[in-house]
Amino acid sequence: MTTTPLTQNIRPGREPLSLKEYEAAGGYQALRKAIKELSPTDVQTMVKDARLLGRGGAGFPTGLKWSFVPMGPDAPRPKYLLCNADEMEPGTFKDRLLIEGDPHQLVEGMIVASYAIQADVAFIFLRAQYDRGAERLRRAIAEAYSAGYLGKNILGTGFCLELQMHESAGRYICGEETALLNSLEGRRAIPRTKPPFPPVVGLWGKPTVVQNVETICNVPHIVNGGVSWYRALSRCEDGGTKIYGVSGKVNRPGAWELPLGGVTVRQLIEERAGGMRDGLKCRGVLPGGASTDFLVEQHFDTPMDFKSVAKAGSRLGTGTMIVLDDQTCPVGMVLNLTHFFATESCGWCTPCREGLPYMENMLRAIEEGRGEERDLAALEEHCRWLGPGMTFCPLAPGAVEPVQSALKYFRDDFERHVREKRCPWR
Amino acid sequence: MLTETERREIEHEVQTLGHRRAACVEALKIVQAHRVWVDDEGLRDAAAAVGLTTAEMDNVATFYNGVFRRRIGRHAILVCESVSCFVCGCEKLFEHLKKRLAIDAGQTTADGRFTLVPICCLGCCDRGPAMVIGKDLHTDLTPEKVDLILERYS
Amino acid sequence: MATIHVDGKAYQTRDGENLLDACLSVGLNIPYFCWHPVLGSVGACRQCAVKVFKDAEDKRGMIVMSCMTPVKDGMLVSIDDPDARRFRAQIIEWLMLNHPHDCPVCDEGGECHLQDMTAMTGHDYRRTRFPKRTHRNQDLGPFINHEMNRCIQCYRCVRFYRDYAGGRDLDVFGVHDRVYFGRQADGALESEFSGNLVEVCPTGVFTDKTLKQHYTRKWDLQMAPSVCVHCGLGCNTTPGERYGTLRRIVNRYNPEVNRYFLCDRGRFGYEFVNSEHRLRRTLVDNEPVERSEAIRRVADMVKAGKRVIGIGSPRASLESNFALRQLVGPDRFYQGFGEDERRLMAKIVDILRNGPARTPSLADMEKADAVLVLGEDLTNSAPRMALALRQAVRNKPMKEIAAKVGIPEWSDAAARTAIQDAKGPLFIVAPTGGKLDDAAMATLRCAPNDAARVGFAVAHALNEKVPAVEGLGEEQRALVEAIAQALREAKRPLVVSGPSCNSEDVVEAAANVAWALCEQGKPCELSYVAHECNSIGLALLGGGALEEATAAIDAGQVEAVVILENDLRRRVGQDGRGGRSGHGGSGNDSIAFVLLDCLAGEEKRGVYLPAATFAEGDGILINNEGRAQRFVQVFTTDDDIQESWRWLVDVMVACGRSEAAAWRTHDDIVAAIAQSIDVFGPIPRTAPSADYRFAGQRIPREPHRYSGRTAMRAHVNVSEPKPPEDVDAPMTFTMEGAQTKPDAELTPFFWSPGWNSIQALNKFQEEIGGPLRGGSPGVRLIEPRENATVCFFDRIPPAFQTRAGEWLIVPTRHIFGSEELSVLSPAIAELKTRSHVGMRPEDAETLGLKEGDEVRVELAEDQVSLRLQIRPDLPRGCASMPQFLQHLAGLTLPQWAKIKGK
Repeated sequence: MTTTPLTQNIRPGREPLSLKEYEAAGGYQALRKAIKELSPTDVQTMVKDARLLGRGGAGFPTGLKWSFVPMGPDAPRPKYLLCNADEMEPGTFKDRLLIEGDPHQLVEGMIVASYAIQADVAFIFLRAQYDRGAERLRRAIAEAYSAGYLGKNILGTGFCLELQMHESAGRYICGEETALLNSLEGRRAIPRTKPPFPPVVGLWGKPTVVQNVETICNVPHIVNGGVSWYRALSRCEDGGTKIYGVSGKVNRPGAWELPLGGVTVRQLIEERAGGMRDGLKCRGVLPGGASTDFLVEQHFDTPMDFKSVAKAGSRLGTGTMIVLDDQTCPVGMVLNLTHFFATESCGWCTPCREGLPYMENMLRAIEEGRGEERDLAALEEHCRWLGPGMTFCPLAPGAVEPVQSALKYFRDDFERHVREKRCPWR
Repeated sequence: MLTETERREIEHEVQTLGHRRAACVEALKIVQAHRVWVDDEGLRDAAAAVGLTTAEMDNVATFYNGVFRRRIGRHAILVCESVSCFVCGCEKLFEHLKKRLAIDAGQTTADGRFTLVPICCLGCCDRGPAMVIGKDLHTDLTPEKVDLILERYS
Repeated sequence: MATIHVDGKAYQTRDGENLLDACLSVGLNIPYFCWHPVLGSVGACRQCAVKVFKDAEDKRGMIVMSCMTPVKDGMLVSIDDPDARRFRAQIIEWLMLNHPHDCPVCDEGGECHLQDMTAMTGHDYRRTRFPKRTHRNQDLGPFINHEMNRCIQCYRCVRFYRDYAGGRDLDVFGVHDRVYFGRQADGALESEFSGNLVEVCPTGVFTDKTLKQHYTRKWDLQMAPSVCVHCGLGCNTTPGERYGTLRRIVNRYNPEVNRYFLCDRGRFGYEFVNSEHRLRRTLVDNEPVERSEAIRRVADMVKAGKRVIGIGSPRASLESNFALRQLVGPDRFYQGFGEDERRLMAKIVDILRNGPARTPSLADMEKADAVLVLGEDLTNSAPRMALALRQAVRNKPMKEIAAKVGIPEWSDAAARTAIQDAKGPLFIVAPTGGKLDDAAMATLRCAPNDAARVGFAVAHALNEKVPAVEGLGEEQRALVEAIAQALREAKRPLVVSGPSCNSEDVVEAAANVAWALCEQGKPCELSYVAHECNSIGLALLGGGALEEATAAIDAGQVEAVVILENDLRRRVGQDGRGGRSGHGGSGNDSIAFVLLDCLAGEEKRGVYLPAATFAEGDGILINNEGRAQRFVQVFTTDDDIQESWRWLVDVMVACGRSEAAAWRTHDDIVAAIAQSIDVFGPIPRTAPSADYRFAGQRIPREPHRYSGRTAMRAHVNVSEPKPPEDVDAPMTFTMEGAQTKPDAELTPFFWSPGWNSIQALNKFQEEIGGPLRGGSPGVRLIEPRENATVCFFDRIPPAFQTRAGEWLIVPTRHIFGSEELSVLSPAIAELKTRSHVGMRPEDAETLGLKEGDEVRVELAEDQVSLRLQIRPDLPRGCASMPQFLQHLAGLTLPQWAKIKGK
């Protein structure tokens, strides 16, 4: 069997498979198996035993999440499955690959996951500007409907599912799962109070599971290949493969499906991305998107799995890393990031709404040569008070991760800016 | 007044989503698709179509960055300013666009052709710097490439 | 109960309560912004952070938001923890980044929650050097001033306005640090409760625009506990005065009545007190005379044995009505209601006193879990009650949906997410209305007869002893069944009705519904709206109707009339039908007139005695619940003004009436009322007597920071006058006196060290949102009769039949317009409803008429020309006209009329 289940069908140039081609490649077999041979609980158990961790960034065990959904005849209806395809984390482009390259894989995953939690309605919440993906998904959904994979009485089993796609009007915070629920309800995408969690009180107040695109794409393969095969795909205690990506000034930026934990930071840059461009040096990486701490030279041999990256002081996040080279100003880079997070704050809680723009102001001052010594201390303080638990949702704690680690690893650069009253890279 | 087409499209969304208010974002997008931006009248009528007051509709409209509540040009140029594009030099590209179009971020060219809109990420970080014009994605940009691309839009 | 340990000290609190509420309840200080006692917790501002520790071993602890943390028994908490303190200081620093340093010119200054919390947190140094964000302000109408630059984005305004009060025109716009709270475009706020934004906003974004016209700091106001006079609900208020003019009204928390909120008529109607239409001097035939001279004139009239009658008033205090009744004798005392209203109010009082159903307080009504409203447009006839019912519909889903998934009531955003649009049963059956409909499960617009019939049918469905209603339509039958089922299943069912339809049938039908349940041993509460602040007091006092008085006058049986605080034009019309008897008379020059009023009439013949408003006198009002409540004089004036009851006592004394000689103070007359009329027996308990002392001292009406006392009159006389003495209440007209927290009935303002805003209220409550220390102001005079034999009403009116070419004109009431005094306030006047005739859009179209057209309304005895207003809420066959609007006064409605275009 394949070792790259998620991308096995993706062609160079990403021309997607039609329904026929997908079926010919073994597509919708997982659906047949699940819906005809397995009970919903069986599927839940398989996913749990497969140790599939959420691929959206937080790494929450998927099977565990599903187990919170009320099941049985007394469960509130309708129940919902939502696919979080709001890929707006800067530096992240893995879901785009899956959506554009193999839309049927996602559709099948949605149906199987819906079956597992007995969802009645499923939505794919797609980020704005993924027009090509939208078009391909729309086609795939229509094909699935006409093949009887969606709608009433799927494959004659009595299971019914409506699948719709919603294109976002654009906001990074929509990727936070409860903000996504509000957005789908036609409200401002403000995160919700937790508890209650979506599996209990979700869309329209009903039980709802929200999963990332990559997570859902894994589900059919677990059903098809079985738990032990799936777990054997990885090089760590959690199961499956991972789509890793590299962007920045490397020779071959891109995304690759590899065994989870089966690659180190250095291997990704050197072997997959072809090393640094034009003789540049890699000073550090944000290993899993914009909201993760920098890793530097001393960490480059860390395997890219959830636990190891956490041990190194960062997070695997989305697994798509951004490379900082030695010709790019680290202060400018974190300024860019902080500007992004400040702009994308939803405006609900004080620390995020006020604290991030304040940090941006200080970083801009430093970058433009107006920085003061006290700004560095103030930035550190901000990193602390914008940390986990202080804010309403994880946006700000994620936002300060690159800043706090930059202050640690690139302190000299900050101090030089302040001392020389200019950006040494300009 | 909404056009017949706009009304029909909005009603279709209402039916699909099953909740009238849930269609408000779609209704805004529909109005925008037909009028380039959402003017006050469009806002009011779209609000009525989904059972909201204008205040409730603007509450949603002003939250999302894909809804234009100010007049824009025929083509919005969404320039990615995410961190990957930053590392790859999007700032220089942005400066080039500003100079070339003689406008600042958020402004529209005098001939009403382009509006320059920075956008947080376009999700093609492996091919930055990138921008979107209309529905067309342009990647691996250089100032020279940008100049050629702009000529394609009238 | 749970025990929590805060910084090493143990406190008893309620289990499951949020930690912030619990800490504030036991008197601890934690700063907060987005949390509000009735709006609950949403965790937005992050200001109330504290540290909690897992156990005694845990030295690091974890910072949590106290408002979002449920209390658990044995919990270890630290407010003083250095990390928690630093975090709270950081929050304030962030909030202050963009806040203008304009406290000296900000109307909120001196009673600003943001100031208080900033001081509490110890943030005192500004580090930022970056430019501040600025916004444009909006014109939000005559009540509310808007200053967005001061906003700290606590979201309280929209949570109150939108989520709590159901307003749909104020919202939040924009995103990140550019969020904006306002309207989509400039324009007057549409909610009838917009004034509460002034108190809900923790800083100076939304401030009282009427106060701005004559601005005074809170600390410079002279204040006293008072009661709103603009409708029958008796909301408690705190009026504030300086330099002889009333400056503003703020809410005075009464846990049983208005709690935290007022309606806009109550808050902004006060300016009539300063009106140029006020009567300030004693006049005889339009010439100023000495007070004693005027008193002598009236006394002579009475002494001469002239046949004197007295006409009382539902907007005058109990004491004044009683004094008039004493002066002229009970047989010659007329209530001052028109016949219809007198009969309705007498019936209501009879139902409440002799029936088995209890009359609930507003707070009780908020706890109802099924409600039927029969014949009332509450938003206009009793606005604060509409707000209470809007909360009641949340009770059922809160229990059946939110509680089931473990969401506590205080976790507001979570509860609203879980509940979504689910509502408890509220049914509205009335001819007109609309603003409360969105909270209702079902609404039926129908003519008064049909409303009564639905009521009777519901009663029958609940209890077979009630006679059945024949000939209901299908729609009505289905509704009847739904209402009956909801009331039957409810734990706290409630029926609301009132006199607004001028229909005894409606009032009786409502009683039948409540009694149908009571008779089966199931408690059902029954509330009737009363239109004026002492309607119920007057009805309890008894007396003839106005028409009987005018009949006596027309029959030549009267030589003199004493009219108490009543513009009779409003009740019986301007023309011959009763005439403008009081203020001029029906051309009968042989009759002598004595008028006691706060407003000057147009005609000046007779003796005019300037009466005190609520602000210049003491008295008791009885609200629709039957709760007697005391209002205390706020300030003294140099004019001839005194309470009507004082004038009347003066007259009686001048007549040599021995009983009145002893009535020199408010306590005296209250005691006399209590002794002479059984139902009023408990009224001396409405407030402590004037000789009561707090730690040996009186209560000062002025805050101890009151400024300018020695200078404020210096332009008149450099020597400071002796402050007036208060013989009626244990209070002073100065800043000296007891600095303790007085009894609830006598709390002149809420203030506590470090708590300068109205949120100092926290320190006056036994627990947050609970009773005030020292009890709830007011004494209930009406309790249901135990073991009452229920005698159901059985006069079922015939079904309403439409008529070709004619409309049944039903009366409407208007929050801004229908009440006599509040419309003299310029802000209210700006929004007041004009005279009009309301028609259904379909009917107007048939007649080829449109909004604003002038139309002729042909009534039985009258023809009036009015502007047309399109009212989609009207039932088929009905049109509407406002009752009590200026030139429509005295109309008997409903009645049939023809309507024609011009």
